[in-house]
Amino acid sequence: MSHPSAPLLEMRGIVKKFPGVRALDGVDLVVRAGEVHCLLGQNGAGKSTLIKVLAGAHGVDEGTILWEGEPVSFANPQAALATGIATIYQELDLVDGLSVADNIYLGHESARGGITRDATMNRKARELLARLGHSEIRPTREVGSLSAAGKQIVSMARALSRDARIIVMDEPSAVLDPDEVDGLFRVVDDLRASGTAVIYISHRLDEIRRIGDRLTVLKDGATVAGDLSAKDTPTAELITLMTGRTVSSVYPRRTIPLPATAPVLSVDGLARVGEFSDISFDLRPGEIIGLAGLVGAGRSEIVETIYGARRASAGSVTVDGRALRNGSVDTAVRAGLGLCPEERKSQGLILDDAVYRNVSLASISRFSRFGVSTDDAEKQAAHEAARSVDIRPDAPERIIRTLSGGNQQKAVLARWLLRSCKVLLLDEPTRGVDVGARAEIYALIRQLADSGVALLVVSSDIDEVLGLSDRILVIADGAVVHDGPSEAIDAGGVLDRIIASHEHTASPTEQKGEVA
Amino acid sequence: MSASLQDPSLTVPAPPKGEPRGSIGIARNLGLVIALVVLCIVGVVTAGDRFASTDNVLTILRLATVTGIVAVGMTFVITGGGIDLSVGAIVALSSVWATTTGTQAMADNIGWVAMVFSAILVGAACGAINGLLVAYGRIVPFIATLAMLASARGLAEVIADRKTQIIRNQGFTDFFAAEPLGIPVIVIIFALVTVAGWFLLNRTTFGRRTFAVGGNPEAARLAGIKVQRHTVYLYTLLGTTCGIAAVMLMSRTTTGSSTHGTLLELDVIAAVVIGGTLLSGGRGTIIGTLFGVLIFMTLTNVFTLNNLSTSTQNVAKGVIIVIAVLLQQRIANRKT
Repeated sequence: MSHPSAPLLEMRGIVKKFPGVRALDGVDLVVRAGEVHCLLGQNGAGKSTLIKVLAGAHGVDEGTILWEGEPVSFANPQAALATGIATIYQELDLVDGLSVADNIYLGHESARGGITRDATMNRKARELLARLGHSEIRPTREVGSLSAAGKQIVSMARALSRDARIIVMDEPSAVLDPDEVDGLFRVVDDLRASGTAVIYISHRLDEIRRIGDRLTVLKDGATVAGDLSAKDTPTAELITLMTGRTVSSVYPRRTIPLPATAPVLSVDGLARVGEFSDISFDLRPGEIIGLAGLVGAGRSEIVETIYGARRASAGSVTVDGRALRNGSVDTAVRAGLGLCPEERKSQGLILDDAVYRNVSLASISRFSRFGVSTDDAEKQAAHEAARSVDIRPDAPERIIRTLSGGNQQKAVLARWLLRSCKVLLLDEPTRGVDVGARAEIYALIRQLADSGVALLVVSSDIDEVLGLSDRILVIADGAVVHDGPSEAIDAGGVLDRIIASHEHTASPTEQKGEVA
Repeated sequence: MSASLQDPSLTVPAPPKGEPRGSIGIARNLGLVIALVVLCIVGVVTAGDRFASTDNVLTILRLATVTGIVAVGMTFVITGGGIDLSVGAIVALSSVWATTTGTQAMADNIGWVAMVFSAILVGAACGAINGLLVAYGRIVPFIATLAMLASARGLAEVIADRKTQIIRNQGFTDFFAAEPLGIPVIVIIFALVTVAGWFLLNRTTFGRRTFAVGGNPEAARLAGIKVQRHTVYLYTLLGTTCGIAAVMLMSRTTTGSSTHGTLLELDVIAAVVIGGTLLSGGRGTIIGTLFGVLIFMTLTNVFTLNNLSTSTQNVAKGVIIVIAVLLQQRIANRKT
C-alpha cells in the first residue's frame, strides 16, 4: 500500500535529554495520513520517550516537528491533543474511581456551563465501545472493576473519542487475547480507511506483518532505518537492525561439565492444597532446572512455596541437608535462596529508589554496623555487582523506574549476586525484556551456573526453558508430568505432554508469539 | 479473559442515567447508616425525650455546622489527592480578621456582610496559598499545610493580641440568630453548602476532574487537565469553606478568637475518612462525609446528655473511627 501524499507528521533529528542520558538522540519519523506505521525497537531504544514527546508530555531539546509541513511544538498534552494526536498508553492511564464514560471523556467532557451532561456522554461512549466490538462494557461501570483487557478497550475508546488524525498505540495487544486482537485490527483497518494514521508499537513481528504498512526501527534513541516495508522486510534484517548484531546462538551451552556433587536443594513431596501436589526434585550446584508449563499450571506457586512465601501443606524443602522452616522467607534467604519474582515491578523492585539501593536490598545488614548503614561501602559493592551484570546506563544513583525492563531484571540478578546465594529461583526472567537484553540475561544465567550457583528457572516460553536448562520438569495442573534432561525433548514434546495430561487445556498457540 | 467482560446487561442497553459513581449508593453508606441508627437508639434509651426532641436535633445540627461545612471542602481536597491540616487555624484567623475593630467599624458603615466577606476572603486567600505551595512549590501537602497551621494561628494571635473579640454589630447577630420556619439560619447554610458540594463533585466537570487528579494525576495530565491549577482551586475551595465556617462560629459564639477551631482539622479529616473518602485520593463522597459529621456530633450529644466527660468522648471517637472504617472495608470487599 503506497501513499504518495505529503507526510502528515514529520520529525527530524529529535533529541531529548534526561539528566545523564540522551534518551532520544536523533530520531527521524515520517508518518503519512491513512497508514499504519510500525515502530520497532528493543526496550530502552527510546520508543516510550518518543511517544511521550508526541503526546506533549515531554518537551524536545533539539529537532523539528512538522505537522502538514508546518513547524509545530507540543509544549503540553493539551497542544498535542488539539493538533490531533491521541495516544493509547501501555501503562493504562485511566482513573479507577471514575466510570467508563467519564474516563473516555476526561479532559473534554460534554458539559454545559461546567455541568456535565452524563446522558450524552454515556450514549456516545456506548457508541464508541460498540464500534470497538465491546458493547458489553457499560459506560456507567467503574473502570477499577474492569479487567486489564477491558481497561485497554476503554483507553482505545478514549483515543477514538478525540477524533484524532494520528492515534499512537503502544503495545495495544499486550493484554488482549487472540479474539480481541482481531477486533483491534478491525478498528485499525477502519481508521486507516478513514484516513487516520496509526503509529503502532509492538514487540510481535507477526502483528506488524499483519497490520503494518511501513516501519521505522529505533536503536539506542536514534532511527536506524525508516520507510521499510512492514510486510516484506526479512525478519533477520529487522533483528539485526534492532540489536546491531546477528542473533545466532541465543542460548549459551554448558561449557564445563556438571560436577557430581551432592544436591544443594532438595524438594520432597511438596504440596499446597488446590495448587500443586507431590513436587520432588534435587538441584545440584551449577545445575539449571527448568519448570515448563502453561500459565496457571502452578509454576509460580511452586517457586514461591520453595522460597517460603507461601506455606506448604505437605512436603519439605532442604538446603545443604538442613530442612527449611515452612512458610518462612527469612530462613530461606539465610540458607542461601534468592528469588527473582515474576512481577518484577510489584514484587521485585523498589521502583522509586536508586539502582544501587535495589541491588543492595538483600544484603543491607552486611553494610551496617549496629543497624546503622554505611552508605559508601554499600554503594561501592552494589555498583560492582551492577557492573558485573552490565546494567546500563552505568549510573548507580539513577532511579530504577527509569531503566528498561532488561536492565531492571539485571538489577534483581545483581542483588542475589551481591548476596552470593547458593540457589537462585528465577520466575519469568525475561518477561518484558527485549531480544537483545534477553541474550545478555541468558549469558548471565549460564555464567552464574558455571560459578556454582544452582538455578531453578520458570518460563512460559518453552524454547527458553529448554535452551537454558540442563533438566526440565513439565508441570500441568499442579503436577509434574515429565522429568528429564532437556536435550531429550523439544517444544513439541513438552506441549504434547501438557495436552496429554488434560484434555481441555488452553490453546497452545499462546506459547509462541514474541520475536525470537 | 473475555469471559470476564461478558455482561448480561448488554441486551438491555438502558443503564440508569447518570448514576453518580456510587457516591449515593445505599450499600456503600450502609455502615454509616447503621452506626448513626445505633447511636440514635443509644441516645433514646439513655436520655429518652431529652435526646429525641426537635430542640435537641437542632442543637446537634447547629453544632455540626462548623465541622460539616469544612468537611465538605476537605472532601474535595482529599479526593483530589491532598490533605489540609491548617483548616482549624484558618477558621481562627478568619474569625479574628472579621471581628477586628477595623472590620466591625466597616461593617457598621456599609453593612454586616462586610464581616462575612472578609472572613470568606481571608479563608480563600489562605487556601490559595496552600494550593500554590503544594501545586507549584511542590511541597508535600502535609508539610505545606502544617506550616500554614502554625503561621495562620500565629497571625490570628498577633492580630487579636490573644484577646477574644466580641461582635457588637447587631445586624450580624440578628441575621444569623434567626430561625425561619423554626430552622436556624446556620443550619440552612450548612445544608446549602452540602448540596452545592454534592452537585459540584458529582455533576460538574470540576468534580469529575477532581476524581481524576486524585486518582491518577499522570492520567489526568495526559488527558489535558491542568493538574496544578486544579489543585490550587481545590485548596482555595477548602479555604473558602473555612471562611464560611468561621462565620458560623462567630455567629454561634458572637466572638472572634485565635483559639477558635483548635484541633478542628482532626474532627474534619476523621469525619471525611469514616464517610468513605479515600485518604489516598480518587474516591470521595459528600453524602458519606455528611454522615461522618452527623455521627460525630450525635455521639458528642449523647455523651453530653449522659454527663460523660470530654475525655471519654475522645476515647469513643477513636473507637468509632476504627469501627466505621472496618465496617466500610468489610462491605466494600463483599461487593467485589
